Amino acid sequence: MKRFLLLLGVFLFACAARAQLTFDITTSGGRQIPIAVMPMAGESRQPQAVSEVVAADLSRSGLFKLVNAGGITPLPSEPSEVNFGDWTARAAEALVIGKIEPQADGRVEVRFRLFDVQKSAQLASFAYVVAPGQLRATGHRIADVIYERLTGDKGVFSTKITYVVKRGRRYELQVADADGFNAQSVLASNEPIISPAWSPDGSRLAYVSFDQKKPVVVVQNLAQGTTRVIANFRGNNSAPAWSPDGRTLAVALTKDGLTQVYRMSANGGEPQRLTESTGIDTQPAFSPDGQWIAFTSDRGGTPQIYRMPAAGGPAQRITFEGTYNVGPRYSPDGKSIAYVQRDGGRYRIALLELATSQVTVLTEGSLDDSPSFAPNGKIILYEAQVGGRGQLAAVSSDGRVRQRLTSAAGDVQDPAWGPLPTN
Amino acid sequence: MKNTALIIATALLAAACASKEPITSPQVEDKSKPLADNRSGGSTADVKPVPPPDRIGGDPLKDPNSPLAKRSVYFDFDSNAVKDEYRNLITAHSRYMTADKRDARIRIEGNCDERGSREYNLALGQRRAEAVKKVMTVLGVQDGRIETTSYGEEKPMAMGHDESSWAQNRRADIKYPGE
Repeated sequence: MKRFLLLLGVFLFACAARAQLTFDITTSGGRQIPIAVMPMAGESRQPQAVSEVVAADLSRSGLFKLVNAGGITPLPSEPSEVNFGDWTARAAEALVIGKIEPQADGRVEVRFRLFDVQKSAQLASFAYVVAPGQLRATGHRIADVIYERLTGDKGVFSTKITYVVKRGRRYELQVADADGFNAQSVLASNEPIISPAWSPDGSRLAYVSFDQKKPVVVVQNLAQGTTRVIANFRGNNSAPAWSPDGRTLAVALTKDGLTQVYRMSANGGEPQRLTESTGIDTQPAFSPDGQWIAFTSDRGGTPQIYRMPAAGGPAQRITFEGTYNVGPRYSPDGKSIAYVQRDGGRYRIALLELATSQVTVLTEGSLDDSPSFAPNGKIILYEAQVGGRGQLAAVSSDGRVRQRLTSAAGDVQDPAWGPLPTN
Repeated sequence: MKNTALIIATALLAAACASKEPITSPQVEDKSKPLADNRSGGSTADVKPVPPPDRIGGDPLKDPNSPLAKRSVYFDFDSNAVKDEYRNLITAHSRYMTADKRDARIRIEGNCDERGSREYNLALGQRRAEAVKKVMTVLGVQDGRIETTSYGEEKPMAMGHDESSWAQNRRADIKYPGE
């Protein structure tokens, strides 16, 4: 019996490791760039077809429409094989070709070219020499180059996301590629895990663990797997937010009574109290320039978003519509704030433009939570409740493109989008 | 019947104790009346002496017939007001803490229903726990013996997505050492 349970456990774990998020675009609007992505010569002999990764990335962004190459033979993989007339006839504006060649040392060279069809001109050409195991990552890098050349914004296909998977009483903090592949569990517990937050360099995650039967703030080094309890004071310790320099964390503590915002070293130590209200002050978020901390406070009677200087000081209220505006997150350019608003019993993600105070409701769910900007500011990942289960969803910051990330089992919650890779 | 009588008697005794210091904590419950008003004008002399719970045998915290077996205070939506119906429960635990277990340190864990933002719910749950703590400290339990924490919406007792489940999840639980 014991052995059976052990086997069952191993089986379940294997399933868990394989379970991954699947992205689907649910709505897309606005203009999409028609692009043809050719299979790369030689990729069928590799463990991963790079062109499929590139095409899936571009398509998933909602900003591109894949053009079918039906009828064109042979499909081009060299510049000399490209007949721009073929692509003009198919209304493609951009064309991607490439080839993969094995190297003597076991690695492969991946070369791709991006063309502007209308101008009959090459826009980009890059070659990468990588191990065959790196071909997915190479596809993401190629998609990043194409995305940036054609939209003017940084691509985020090579970034990571983190989120919490809850199955029964089991909680796992997972880190995956931005397309949901390569999900890895970095922490497992029988107690809740909430509020994961990436350090600005992507090397560490701060989160709230309940392993000690109460919320405690932990920082985990991802490469080393080491964890350090940063805040375990009397009562609650939660809502960690990194300063842009990665040296300090703003946290919400109850050590002096009700929840208030404090700032402390990312290595732990004595917290410095930043807010002095008689209500709840929580969910701090640093502005990208490090000058401000936005946070939730009910000091005025209903929970609203305020901001104060990052060293503490007088706070000014910045949300005024409605009776429930919480959980601010600055956009990477610092110009807007995504947050959760309640409207008639529905909780949705809204975007506040700071300069104009204009509010746009971006989502249509009933219980949306935990917005997190992609590092290019173009997409907001968040948690939605679908059919009674927590699932991840994403919406473009202009509200036009919606994606849903579905997982085979369990609740998926509390997503956080990691930074751009440093290389 | 006997049990009911015991509960009532204990509650009255506790209320009598409490009446030395009427509960006036306005931040906890604006509409609450001082507990002393609930008594039917009787003095402590009218209350039949009740043997301390541990003399009945066993651990009163685990005796389903003891008022101490009840540990949960339920709240209305978006509210941290301790309702009158839980005064007796809180009073029983306060008395146990001050009379029987003078060294016990307890934790009060606040909980919320799933609606709203996780971190804000964590803070709301903690405020519910604080509200219960405030009643207990007014009843004489030292502040340092009670730690208030919160699970927010993370540990629902009922898993449904409707009011009947939500009502069970808007809760503060009194937890003794080892629980």
